[in-house]
Amino acid sequence: MSPELIIALFAAAVQAGTPILFATLGEIVSEKAGVMNLGVEGVIALSAFAAFVVCHLTGSAWLGLLAGGLAGTLLCGLHSLVCQVFLGNQVVSGLALTLFGVGLATFLGTPYVGQATEGFGKIAVPLLSDIPVLGPILFRHDTLVYLGYIAPVAVWFLLNRTSLGLGLRAAGEMPAAAAAAGLNPQRLRAFGVLAGGFLCGLGGAYLSLAHTHLWTTGLSGGRGWVAVALVIFAFWRPGRAVIGALLFGGVMAFQLRLQASGTNIPSSLLLMLPYALTVIVLVFSAARARERSGASAAPAALGVNIEPEG
Amino acid sequence: MKNWLRIAGALALTLGLALAGCEKAPEKAAPAVDGPKAGELKVGFVYTSPVGEAGYSWAHDQGRKAIEKMGGVKTSYVEAVKEGADAERVIENMARGGFDLVFTTSFGFMDPTMKVAKDFPKVKFMHCSGFKSSENVSNYFGRIYQARYLTGMTAGLMTKSNTIGYVAAFPIPEVIRGINAFTLGVRSVNPKAQVRVVWTKTWFDPALEKDAAISLLDVGSDVIAQHQDSPGPQEAAQERGKYSIGYNSDMAAFAPKAHLTAAVWNWAPIYEAIVKEVREGTWTGNRAIWWGMDKGVVDIAPFGPMVPKAVQDKVNAQKELFKKGEDKVFVGPIKDQAGQVKIAAGVKAEDKELLGMTWFVEGVVGSVQ
Repeated sequence: MSPELIIALFAAAVQAGTPILFATLGEIVSEKAGVMNLGVEGVIALSAFAAFVVCHLTGSAWLGLLAGGLAGTLLCGLHSLVCQVFLGNQVVSGLALTLFGVGLATFLGTPYVGQATEGFGKIAVPLLSDIPVLGPILFRHDTLVYLGYIAPVAVWFLLNRTSLGLGLRAAGEMPAAAAAAGLNPQRLRAFGVLAGGFLCGLGGAYLSLAHTHLWTTGLSGGRGWVAVALVIFAFWRPGRAVIGALLFGGVMAFQLRLQASGTNIPSSLLLMLPYALTVIVLVFSAARARERSGASAAPAALGVNIEPEG
Repeated sequence: MKNWLRIAGALALTLGLALAGCEKAPEKAAPAVDGPKAGELKVGFVYTSPVGEAGYSWAHDQGRKAIEKMGGVKTSYVEAVKEGADAERVIENMARGGFDLVFTTSFGFMDPTMKVAKDFPKVKFMHCSGFKSSENVSNYFGRIYQARYLTGMTAGLMTKSNTIGYVAAFPIPEVIRGINAFTLGVRSVNPKAQVRVVWTKTWFDPALEKDAAISLLDVGSDVIAQHQDSPGPQEAAQERGKYSIGYNSDMAAFAPKAHLTAAVWNWAPIYEAIVKEVREGTWTGNRAIWWGMDKGVVDIAPFGPMVPKAVQDKVNAQKELFKKGEDKVFVGPIKDQAGQVKIAAGVKAEDKELLGMTWFVEGVVGSVQ
């Protein structure tokens, strides 16, 4: 591989990793607050459509992005309602959310299939984009990729350096203790789910507004499930989420380039690579987590609903 | 102000549907039979993707509109039908709904069509691109490889890097045949050029197909061809200032600066002929209709303004030969990737061979699996 090709590979990894990064961060916020959301795939599908349709009708990419985030919030609000008010099983509700989100996006989106929208174009950052090697890899993308550089830092700051973040984590680790400390764990959990939904929604918006610039059914393409898996790989830490998203995006970009360079490896094997790698990494990280004697990285009360006091 | 109202409306609709919790499949209800007039022929179409404004199903729908104009013909269609159990239900609904003739337009509808046809012997079925037939099922398809050959010639004459990228769908004979015809077209005018293939294993995934095209551009391709329906590869080529070749229908609207031409379908002649047969009582099952450019079923889209006249003339000269029925695309000597002669000099490959093609011709770079 020539140096140019390697630079192009890393740039493609950053691009392909961005929607997965947003979704992974969103799921981390939700799970840190104690609510597992397996509906990410559906959230991405519906928010990709909402972002597209608003951008298509108004011509404003930013309004589209906002609509994508809000659609994510709205759909996750349904999850919050089912799990927190009606005490439904989080796994079942999440799976239903995926079916519902993907189905609704397909239903509403059918008249728009194949239609294009302006969305976000590529903007080279002045000065930074001229740095050798790093410039073309990091600073010749669309605005949402740059937003993706800030998002992990913001999520890390929120979770670890603010009292709101402390409350969120308390609601996820031990809601009873949080309540005893005078916090409202239900409200904190709801915030976690809705904010997480907004972030996942940005991931969906990325697909239709920055990547393809058009609407079609099946745009989510399994990326939501990858994000759910990456949360575990990342040990619920935003920094590791970046590594996971880049790794998945990188392997996807790598296998396509391997094909393009004329390898004889069957494409079925190559197309499987990113997913197989995710599974392998998961197995290893689970083993490592167990080695750390008892200190599981998962929030202690993850998936456990808060029962109303009788 | 007006836009705001439209957004508000869209949001309200989304919210309303979300709250109502109703999830509908993206298809129309089975067409109702509202008192067929005597002598009126009822023709049904089953599409695998939404009709939209371009692409494979859209091309079929243009054919449907053509037979509707014949007079005395009433047509209906169901779009976005998933291949599998859903398809069987939709086809059966049509058979029950009093349709005389049903076109199932995707390869994956083959077994469901056969199954339903067995239960409804009076209904005539035409399945597109398959190979199974019976008393009341016949097959039809077009020799799109002729159009592929012409687009290959165009690509071969326009490339400067002598590397052409091909975003491929699934490794099945139909797709492989297209890549081979394209490559033979490329090499007929530019023996030094290579065609690099990347498989996506998708029929329509704009994000992945665009990424695949970008990977081909990264290895030096300056013309991108594709098999899938999505404009993803077209967009990638235009963003990099390179050229592209479309498929199924004219894709110029998606990438006006990149789109050289496209291999396109024109189903009207086939559909009109079949309707005529059914009316005159000459239609029979157990047949395979495979028409080419001579009957006008396949063609290429108008050239983009960047294609020089000399190139256009050269391609058009070959097109005239196809139109006359002279089809030498798969006439030997044709070698495979390993340089072994697969079709001997002067021999024309039989249709059976073409329909079962699982090897790449010389000049294709990439795995055939």
